[in-house]
This record gives sequence, C-alpha cells and structure tokens, in this order.
Amino acid sequence: MALLVNQLPTGPHYGILAEFATPADLYHACERVRDAGFTRWDAHTPFPVHGLEGAMGLRRSPLPWIVLVMGLGGAALGFLLQWWVHTVAYPLVISGKPYNAWPAFIPITFEVAILFASLGAVFGMFGLNRLPMHHHPLFQSRVFERVTDDAFFISIESWDPRFDSAATPKLLESLGARNVELLGSGVRS
Amino acid sequence: MQEPRSDPLVALRPEQATIPPAHPWNRLPALGAGCALLGALGCAILGAANPKQFFFSWLVSFLFFLSLALGALFFVLIQYASQGGWGIVLRRIGETIFATLPVMAALFLPLLLGLRDLYSWSIPGAAEHDALLHWKEPFLNVPFFLIRAAIYFGCWSVIALFYYRLSRGQDATGDPAVSARLRRLAGPAIIVLALTQTFASFDWIMSLTPHWYSTMFGVYFFAGSFVGFIALLSVVAAATRRAGLLDTVVSAEHLHDLGKFLFAFTAFWAYIAFSQFFLVWYANLPEETIWFKARLEGSWKAVSILLMAGHFGAPFLFLMGRAVKRRESTLVLGGVWLLAMHFVDLYWQVMPTLHADGVRPSALDVAAFLAVGGCFVAAASWLMRRQALVPLRDPRLAESLAFENA
Repeated sequence: MALLVNQLPTGPHYGILAEFATPADLYHACERVRDAGFTRWDAHTPFPVHGLEGAMGLRRSPLPWIVLVMGLGGAALGFLLQWWVHTVAYPLVISGKPYNAWPAFIPITFEVAILFASLGAVFGMFGLNRLPMHHHPLFQSRVFERVTDDAFFISIESWDPRFDSAATPKLLESLGARNVELLGSGVRS
Repeated sequence: MQEPRSDPLVALRPEQATIPPAHPWNRLPALGAGCALLGALGCAILGAANPKQFFFSWLVSFLFFLSLALGALFFVLIQYASQGGWGIVLRRIGETIFATLPVMAALFLPLLLGLRDLYSWSIPGAAEHDALLHWKEPFLNVPFFLIRAAIYFGCWSVIALFYYRLSRGQDATGDPAVSARLRRLAGPAIIVLALTQTFASFDWIMSLTPHWYSTMFGVYFFAGSFVGFIALLSVVAAATRRAGLLDTVVSAEHLHDLGKFLFAFTAFWAYIAFSQFFLVWYANLPEETIWFKARLEGSWKAVSILLMAGHFGAPFLFLMGRAVKRRESTLVLGGVWLLAMHFVDLYWQVMPTLHADGVRPSALDVAAFLAVGGCFVAAASWLMRRQALVPLRDPRLAESLAFENA
C-alpha cells in the first residue's frame, strides 16, 4: 500500500497558513497571490465560493480527458471481449444469430464503457488530488479546524519557487490576513 | 463574487427583450406566409398529379413541425414542474413555439382527405380477410381515429393556450401566484401530454404499417421531438443574440445548458432507438420485424446507417466538449444538423410505406415542407412580436439572468 499513498516533498517547513475573515477578503487575496506568481498554493473554504477558481487562476482540470480515454477504452475492451469469445474462443450459434452478432454486444459494450469512465472519474480525481494521503501538515494548525465551519484560508507551500519565509507572511498580512502561521513539515523527528 | 448583472428588483427593462419596430425580424411573419403560399401552390400543382405522394410528403412535414411544438410544450412544462431557474429567459421562445399548436391542428386537416392513401387499414373491408387487422379494428377504425385526433389537438391547444396566456398576462401584473398555479398544473399536464403524444404517434406513424407491434414507439417519437425542439431552441436563442434582440439577456451560460440538453437527449434518442431495434432483432418475431426489414433493404439501409452515424455518433462526439456548447457558432451548427437529422428520422419512419423499393425524393417533399414550415414560422414569429421575448416579470427572472454553470 505504501506505493499508493502520496507523500509531500520533504523540508523543514510545510509552508504558511493564513486566515481571512470573509469570502470577499479571501477572494481578493487569492487574486493578489495569483498575480504575485505563486503556483504551489491553495484556498480552503467551508462552502463553495463562486468564481474562486478564476481568482486563483486555476486551469481547467484534465479529468474530462481521463474520463473520455477510460470510456473509449472500456467500450473497446467490452466489445473486443465479446467479439473474441463469440467468434474465436467459443463460437456458438445462439438463437439463430451469426457468431459476430454485434447488436447483441452493444449493451455490454455500453456498460463497460460507463464502468470504466466512472472508475476513471473517481480514481482520476483521487490521483489529481493526490489522495489518499494519511495525514497533512495543515492539520497541525488548531485554527485550521474551523475550515469546515466559518473560516477562510490560503496556504502557500514552502517549495513554491516564490516562497520566502520572511516576505510571504508579510504579503499575506498586507492582504488582510489574520493568524498567519508557519507550519512545520509534520514529520516527527 | 461576480458583480450582479442587474438589480434584482428591475431585472430587465422591456426594451432589452422586445423586437423594436424597425427590426428585420418584424418581416418574419410575412416571409413565413410567403413560403407557405409558395409551398401550397406547389402542392396544388404537383399534388393534383400525384395525390398519394402529396399526402405522404405532407405527413412528414406536418409531423416534423408538430413534434417541435410538442417538444416546446414538454420543455416549458418540465421547467415549471422542476422549478428550473436557468431556463426562464428561454421560456417565452418555447411558449411562442407551442402556441402554434392550434395552427398545427388546421394543418392536420388536409391529411383527412388522404386517409385511404396513407393508412391501408382505413380502406373499407381491409379487416375482412385479415385476422390481425380484424383484431385491431376496435382501435383502428376511421370514426375512433377522428375522435382521437380531436382529443389530442383539444388537449394540446388547451394546455398550450392556457400556459401562453397566463405567462403573457404575468408580464403586465407580475403576480407570483401565476407561477405557482402553472407549477401546480404542470405535473398533470405532463401526464396528459405524454399519453396524447404517445397515442398520436401510434395513430399517425405506426398505423402506416398496421400489422406492426412496438410498445416503445411513443417514447421514440417523444425522444426525437425533444431533440428537435432543443436543437431549434439553440438555433433561435443564438439567432436572437446575433440579431441584437437578447444579446444582453441570453448568455454563454444559457447556451451551455442548451448544449447539455442537446447532448443528453441525443444520447437518449439513441438509447431508445437502439432498444426498440434490439428487442425486435433479438426476438425475431414476424409481426415485429416487418417494420425494420423494410428499412434495412435497398437504399433505406443507407438512411438507417445515416441515422446511426448522423443522429447519434457524430453529434454525440461533437457536443461532448465544453467550448462547443458555449460558442454560438458551434452550438448552431449542432442544432441545425440535428434538426436536419430529425427530419430524416421522420422521413425514414413514414416514407418506406410509400416507396418500399428505396428512397425516392420528390419535389412534393420540398413543397409540403415550405407550406407547413411557412405556416409554423409565420405563426411563431407573429406571436413573438405580440409581447417581450422573455417573461419580464417572472419572480425568478433575476435568478435566470445571473445563472452561471459551476
């Protein structure tokens, strides 16, 4: 299982966590962090904030392509499996139909396509989100517990090329952050 | 976090959503009437020599435009029943399209002159030496056929005019109780529509092959009609933007949702079409296979393959992407293509009864299309001029205007 569990880069610090009072503060702070050129960072809110992906400058997820490839692959696999069984491996006359009775293969082709597409969607989402991850350094913060309640956060990771352990907290404070924390890597020594 | 597009109390000024006096769209009713006259003239001249072809051509075009109007009725009813917010800016276009249903009733009348040319069961004595027709005679007889047609058009006209009138009246009063009332009635109206539309498709299309059995045909006709209407709505919605009529009202977000509907119901149509074929093909019973046998022989087989590839394969792949649904030009391309395919679908359902030996396009097909289509366009565009193109004072208009896909 160790192979399937994602690990963060190692270093003395995980990064910085900054709390904002309102969704609007967070939204405008995200715009500034985006414009400052940070790439390894995230925003955390208790509910979806419309348009935040634009303020963060997120690109569209590649997930639809994963789903498409998996769906087409599933359809091909489902069809070829039946074609091979019915014409090559074990040809049998069933209700007077030809061996390669392709209309009969369509329902299973369709089902396998749906199965693979949905597995692609779920596990593709896991992969892109780097899940499963047993623990995350953000959980060290007591303030962060309110992320599912009433608090709004920006976290910037220390391996971002623009990260500076002195200047980055100042930037976030200038954007209206309160409770700016420098978090350790979370690795017990 | 976007800036609100408008103050919710004054969601939309009437001049943002009405056809101004000198706008080219004011000429659409006259244009439609001109096409109708031209088509009627063509039908009269060519049809006198070949009445049988005329009745079949007229039936195909009648079914095409009728199905668009019925699709519009279903769209508006389902929007009310589900309390959908996004589609309110598009509802009035749907309302003006289904309010043409009384006109469709008038366009049905010419077919009554050709019942014996169209429907072999209506020829006197047809059931005498035919066990299956004899068995079906309590349903398939001319008086009951006429009574049923009257019931269908009665139900459709009452529902259509009631919804159109009340929604239009709300533009003046802004009374939110109107929305609540139409919402409560939408559920029962959908049931009435589903039953009448199903039986109408049995009567007017299935009974062309009176020996045939298919329990799925009603859903098949519905699936086609809804794809057709969403395709038409996509084209009209994009056209209103292009014509500078609803360019501040209908946004890429609304087009995106229309594209999703178009994509989903293209897949639904294929699902139903294949299911109908699949069960018949597998069971291989003569009273079920006759219909498909006629359509898998000669040049009709090419049309069958065209429908598989063109009514499903190509548009399914084309409409899959996000940008395609949000861009006017690509959505219109998909819409026009699917409208054409919907026509081919109905042509393929009706015409093999007349031309069993293969596809035989006729000038009467064009004349009938112009005649019926001209009346449809004239009526719908005349109704569009009577009031705003958007339900101006629907209580949830602001929500629809500000709609965004997540």
